[in-house]
Amino acid sequence: MASERGGSGLDKFGRPVVVVTGLGVVTSLGAGKADNWAKLTGGQSGIRAITRFPTDGLKTRIAGTIDFLAPQSSTAALAESYADLVAEEAIAESGIGSPGNFPGPLFLAVPPIEIEWTQRIEVSSRSGSNDKTTYPDLMRVAPQFPDYHHRFLFGSVADHLAEKFGTQGSPISLSTACASGASAIHLGVEAIRRGETDAALCIGTDGSVNPEALVRFSLLSALSTSNDNPQTASRPFSKNRDGFVMAEGAGALVLESYNAAVARGARIIGVLEGCGEMTDAFHRTRSSPDGKPIIGCIASAIKDAGLTPDDIDYVNAHGTSTPENDKMEYLGVSTVLGERAKIVPISSNKSMIGHTLSAAGAVEAVFSLLTLNNQRIPPTINHDIPDPAILMDVVPNKARDARVTHAISNSFGFGGQNVSLVLGLEPA
Amino acid sequence: MADAPREVWITGIGIVSCLGEGGDSHWQKLMEGNPSGDASLFPPFIVHPIAPINFDTQIPKKGDQRQMDSWQRIGTYAAGLALDSAGVKGNPDILSRMDMIVAAGGGERDLNVDSTILTGTPHAANPAAFLNEKLMGDLRPTLFLAQLSNLLAGNISIVHGVTGSSRTFMGEESSGVDAVRIALSRIAAGQSDIALVGGAHNGERPYQLMLYEFAGNCLKEPFKPVWERDASGGGFALASLGAFLVIEAREHAEKRAAKPLARLAAVLSDRSNRKPGAATATLSRLWDKIKDKVKSGHAAVLSGASGAKAATAEERAFLEAQVLEANGDLAVRATGSYLGHGMEPQFPMNLALAVVALGQGRLFPPSDASGLEKPMSAPLDQVVVTGVGHWRGEGLALVERVG
Repeated sequence: MASERGGSGLDKFGRPVVVVTGLGVVTSLGAGKADNWAKLTGGQSGIRAITRFPTDGLKTRIAGTIDFLAPQSSTAALAESYADLVAEEAIAESGIGSPGNFPGPLFLAVPPIEIEWTQRIEVSSRSGSNDKTTYPDLMRVAPQFPDYHHRFLFGSVADHLAEKFGTQGSPISLSTACASGASAIHLGVEAIRRGETDAALCIGTDGSVNPEALVRFSLLSALSTSNDNPQTASRPFSKNRDGFVMAEGAGALVLESYNAAVARGARIIGVLEGCGEMTDAFHRTRSSPDGKPIIGCIASAIKDAGLTPDDIDYVNAHGTSTPENDKMEYLGVSTVLGERAKIVPISSNKSMIGHTLSAAGAVEAVFSLLTLNNQRIPPTINHDIPDPAILMDVVPNKARDARVTHAISNSFGFGGQNVSLVLGLEPA
Repeated sequence: MADAPREVWITGIGIVSCLGEGGDSHWQKLMEGNPSGDASLFPPFIVHPIAPINFDTQIPKKGDQRQMDSWQRIGTYAAGLALDSAGVKGNPDILSRMDMIVAAGGGERDLNVDSTILTGTPHAANPAAFLNEKLMGDLRPTLFLAQLSNLLAGNISIVHGVTGSSRTFMGEESSGVDAVRIALSRIAAGQSDIALVGGAHNGERPYQLMLYEFAGNCLKEPFKPVWERDASGGGFALASLGAFLVIEAREHAEKRAAKPLARLAAVLSDRSNRKPGAATATLSRLWDKIKDKVKSGHAAVLSGASGAKAATAEERAFLEAQVLEANGDLAVRATGSYLGHGMEPQFPMNLALAVVALGQGRLFPPSDASGLEKPMSAPLDQVVVTGVGHWRGEGLALVERVG
């Protein structure tokens, strides 16, 4: 890779090399890279009892909420405030453009945006309906709430960011469910490789911890119900794992072509070496039992990076802590890495931060780049009872120094969405 | 990547709306004139309900149909029509490497559960606990899968086997423009050979009407065509519709002996902040990038104007100042008068209707007493498609007859 990258700024396929020059992150552990990295490598959990709303009668009463920022009245507003924060951090680190003028497009992974119960009940009470209340009652008084129109449009979060940071062109809001953050990065990489732009701002954000979203996942039996010990509820790859823990967060990456970054003397944090994607047509929420789409996804990312499986020396797992995901991810990783799967470290950030859903792919790409930069692997915590069917080095419970040159970060989601990213360091 | 951009053809379309399904049915209705809407479902608001569809013909398994809500069924059905039209249905070799970008909004709600909660909340001793109890007890577990934006794409993968890649764009009208723009850019640059792109919308949902009525956007009786709504405050009539296109590199189509329906020559988009005049200025900048390709006399504009007051006035100002007279009285038609406004899939729908008109070699008659739409009898070789979001997003495309 190094020689190909050399003077041309092109990879071995003749495409512009895509580098990362700015990172921003917020999770339940804290705001910013420094705080997150210290706690992540310290094996701390950000999972706690939900206090944002009463949890009476709910099966799951824990989450990785962000409680240290100003409260907001909706998922849309939360997701926007997190995205704002991480974009600020990433752009400041990269030093790209000028304030309010980012020289490239925005690719934003956002959760579903919709009017929520707080507002629905507010509008309903304004309707003054005494008897059975239905939507026509609400429609009658709707024009009294003009701000709710754009607040609850899907495009509103991206529009706010585009206006504030001055990104170019039409901002893209996207969803590939729990792979969304990785897809946002993938789209940015493709745009730079096409030569359409020299830079892209890629963000994943999520603030979905509200009663209905929690209930929706709960009714699909996807969530951990270990309510009494929140910090040990997320147990990826453990035998006693019982579901994922919903969480909030955001991650931002400033991507640039290698040549553009070098030309402006930017510090290169890492290289976005490859992206892979393969759709699973087996089922709406379950993976194909043969694991072929996951295998194909991981393999195609490595191939897209111009590498072979032997070059991968760390896997940042999707590792949700659901029985299904962790089993299938093991099948995928072990099939692609072969015998080396037993020795290549694989760890799940979600053991500490929970599942940040639409943000996860971006948050975990940020952590993968910090892993490369620090040559230190964050652990999979709560790993007390290993799953005997999963024969991998999951970096149990304690962070570890290691030589990491090429990391792969996996993201899988409902609807058959699979995306893997290969990240590396700039060659010396 | 330094190679010249590849030519991209539209080789399949699949459309369903209040005008029926398929190109012929749409063309017939557009030729008949007399657009109308339906105020009986949510009086006094007007919507454009979907025409009756036999979903079995594209979604054979009842189990699959049950797993979807209306917008997903409409979209999965339209996607199937597009794959049929392109001659790739059931061809695993192509479908397994076909890329997909779906433009989607949010999914459906359970009206009874919502009504129960709204009705009971004022009387509940502990409203928060009441909400939790009703959500846990009354929501259908699989409803979530009908709500997730990316599950239209997921259902298309499951039902039709499109598995190359799957991305879902959101963000109302812009998502439809950008879905086609990025699918086209990827093919032109050699990142993809063939793509399925489009979306679906169910406009027969009271909570969607509520969302747009927060801004007073919903058209009330009496019905008027799009350009005639300005004096009475503007407004759009929500539509149920689904529209998908199969687009592919010319060389890929030729290799499999597929016939081009049209050439997708350009798709452009941008975002203005909608200060007065901003959308007009943005459209003019986009127009500057394609106007030299447009040949007066044999071109027309299919406008995606919704009827939303400010957005439609800005588009009209752009058309009048830059496009129509400057190109020998170019004819324009607002399809929204017939179709209503379907948000995310509106732009793909208008691209498909451009393909239909190019296939007919002519334009349908005007339906506009405001005088913007003029008759056109010359043969049709090119169609400019506009897509201006009711709140944000400006888009233009150029679709051309091949050969």
